Amino acid sequence: MATPTNAPALRRKARHERLRTLGFLSPWLVGFTVFFGYPLIATVYFSFMHYNQIEAPTFVGLRNWRYVLAQMPLFGPALWNTLWLVVVMVALRVVFGLGIGLLVTRIKSGVGFFRTAFYLPYLAPPVAATVAFVFLLNPGTGPVNDILGHLGVDAPNWFNDPAWAKPSLVLLSLWGIGDLMVIFMAALLDVPRDQYEAAELDGAGPFHKFRYVTWPSITPIVMFAVVTGVVQTMQYYTQALVAGKLASGVSVGPGTVIQPGYPDHATLTVPQLVYSLGFQNFNTGAACVLSLVLFAIAMAVTMLLMRRRAGLLSAED
Amino acid sequence: MSRKLAAFASVLSAGALLLAGCANPGTGSAEDDPTEPVTLKFWHGWSEKSEVEAIDASIARFERQHPNITVKATGNVADATVNQALRAGGGDAPDVVSSFTTDNVGQYCSSGMWVDLDPFMRKTGLNKAEVFPKTLLDYTSYRGDQCALPLLADAYGMYYNKDAFKEAGITRPPRTMSELKRDAAKLTRRTGNGGYRRVGFMPNFRLYQNSPDRLFAQWGPAYFDKHGKARLAEEKATKEFFATTRELIRRQGGYGPLETFRTSFGDEMSSQNAFLTGKLAMHMDGEWRGLFMKGAPFRWGTAPLPVPDDQPETYGRGYLTGTVIGIAHSSTHQNAAWELVKFLTSDTDQVVAFANAIHNVPSTKAALTSPKLDTDPTFRAFLDIARNRYSTAMPASINGGQYVVSLRDFSYRVEAGKVHDLDAGLRKLDDEIDADNLQAQN
Repeated sequence: MATPTNAPALRRKARHERLRTLGFLSPWLVGFTVFFGYPLIATVYFSFMHYNQIEAPTFVGLRNWRYVLAQMPLFGPALWNTLWLVVVMVALRVVFGLGIGLLVTRIKSGVGFFRTAFYLPYLAPPVAATVAFVFLLNPGTGPVNDILGHLGVDAPNWFNDPAWAKPSLVLLSLWGIGDLMVIFMAALLDVPRDQYEAAELDGAGPFHKFRYVTWPSITPIVMFAVVTGVVQTMQYYTQALVAGKLASGVSVGPGTVIQPGYPDHATLTVPQLVYSLGFQNFNTGAACVLSLVLFAIAMAVTMLLMRRRAGLLSAED
Repeated sequence: MSRKLAAFASVLSAGALLLAGCANPGTGSAEDDPTEPVTLKFWHGWSEKSEVEAIDASIARFERQHPNITVKATGNVADATVNQALRAGGGDAPDVVSSFTTDNVGQYCSSGMWVDLDPFMRKTGLNKAEVFPKTLLDYTSYRGDQCALPLLADAYGMYYNKDAFKEAGITRPPRTMSELKRDAAKLTRRTGNGGYRRVGFMPNFRLYQNSPDRLFAQWGPAYFDKHGKARLAEEKATKEFFATTRELIRRQGGYGPLETFRTSFGDEMSSQNAFLTGKLAMHMDGEWRGLFMKGAPFRWGTAPLPVPDDQPETYGRGYLTGTVIGIAHSSTHQNAAWELVKFLTSDTDQVVAFANAIHNVPSTKAALTSPKLDTDPTFRAFLDIARNRYSTAMPASINGGQYVVSLRDFSYRVEAGKVHDLDAGLRKLDDEIDADNLQAQN
């Protein structure tokens, strides 16, 4: 126990400790403040302002919120498309990535070839990959529909059909599954071999081995894939914009403003709408409202998943 | 108030002040002496080699007349870049800016991003009403603020394939919508597998220049009432317009097959353009298309687009738009910048030379009647459309023509047969346009 005479020295030491900790934390603190804290405060501030990025902002109360949530017709389709992609694309990517991971860890010959073949598409730049897909799936000139036609299959219009545009984007994302395949492959190779041997001795078949040995070991990795997938898909922008733009066949150039979402708003996502409102229409207030809605949904989904993950881990303990 | 709460409030207030302070980029001035040596930055959208050569030649003519002014031109600049650069401000922002679309004029004027040109015109004795046609002055101003001037104009008409007409036994281009529907069906040629060899007139709104507002101009609609409220639901022409386009689609095989055929078309500005390759027998386009038609493998002609059957007296009309030019609010050489704007927009010899070079419609009254204009009859047809008293341009709006975007979105759904109650749909469209306009107002 410290004596009263040592108290100032102890306080000095504690302050010194705090300053040192703060010093070590400062690079992160600066980054957090500049790239997260300030933009977040600014977004909340501008969501209550009329601001066209040229005149001084003026306070308009809840007008931007009312406009986005009740009057803007594109908000509904954009939110629906984003949530559709979050549910369908993330789920299919995780299942497909895990399936490919299992496949490449099981095959006996040509391992290097298959791992490379499945990983390579991921390295293709997103714009180039999307351009190639739109070209291949063009209903008028694309080779895919040509081949399907020769086989007697009534092929869909892919990116030109509102019902098929989002599934076509999912197809594109599954083609570039290399990132998840590598993560799952590493997790699968990390599962202790002796547990499989013990399960085999107990008479477990492939399903039970996966259910009781593989799955518990890779659950944290699956959760990681889901959470990062949800966050990435909430920000889904490039592929949807490029696919819509190209498939629409509308020429792009000075004097032309391309509206995202072709066909029939089927590929319109919230981030595209944020950009369009903020930097094409300069309706900063509405763009900020939309960003905050997206932020709130992303936070809610992530928290839900993290709680679910905590539940899963404690149940296994 | 606790110390923590006070500290939080202080940080929040400081942040708010910082945000407000960041908001308004610096403004320029019109205090400069235009006879002093100066370098002007001029951003424009032209990118084709011949067009860039033509604007560079125009600048060279200007520099010969104003040896103290040097113009540094930057081409292929999109409106989004202009918008963002002028908002950001800074030393590298342009002094003089042009745009291929009139959509943003309302926004440029109402926000003060492009300065009002009336004081400069008064100062230098330019009477705009005497120099420019009224329609062109209308689309370069917003609520009395003339923040832009027309830098050549575009008129929309019909290009048609004379060989295809002869093959189908049609002797002249259609003049009414009924004739258009009849001739389009006659000219359409299907293939055995349900596709097309040629379409008579493709009305699909996503085709090249087929934005719905352009064909709709043949009806001469009024988009807004005197209070600025959208009135498409009560405009009789709206329903007639959609009925005509739906009927054109029906008579030529339906929306699905036509859209599939459209996706096989090459790029609009290339040799694979669908009209140039004979996939379309009639086609709506601007006067510049003639430049791309040299060497076409068929005989072709131009004519005004047809008009509604009950408005035969308006035949010859068309949709007008054009390139606009203005002075950036952040320019510190606004008087010198005005000299360039004045030369490019109102000097008759310059306007005629530039119009001939890039095959655009001249934008002054004197230039429109100049004997030096290109005598090509396929080009002259567009000059007549530009001069026609029934020709119209789109009304300026505060939010970059958002109402046109809304109309386009709605039209896509109509042509696809997804709007089952047109009246209700149009009422909703009007509400949407009004809400967007209100949202853009301060």
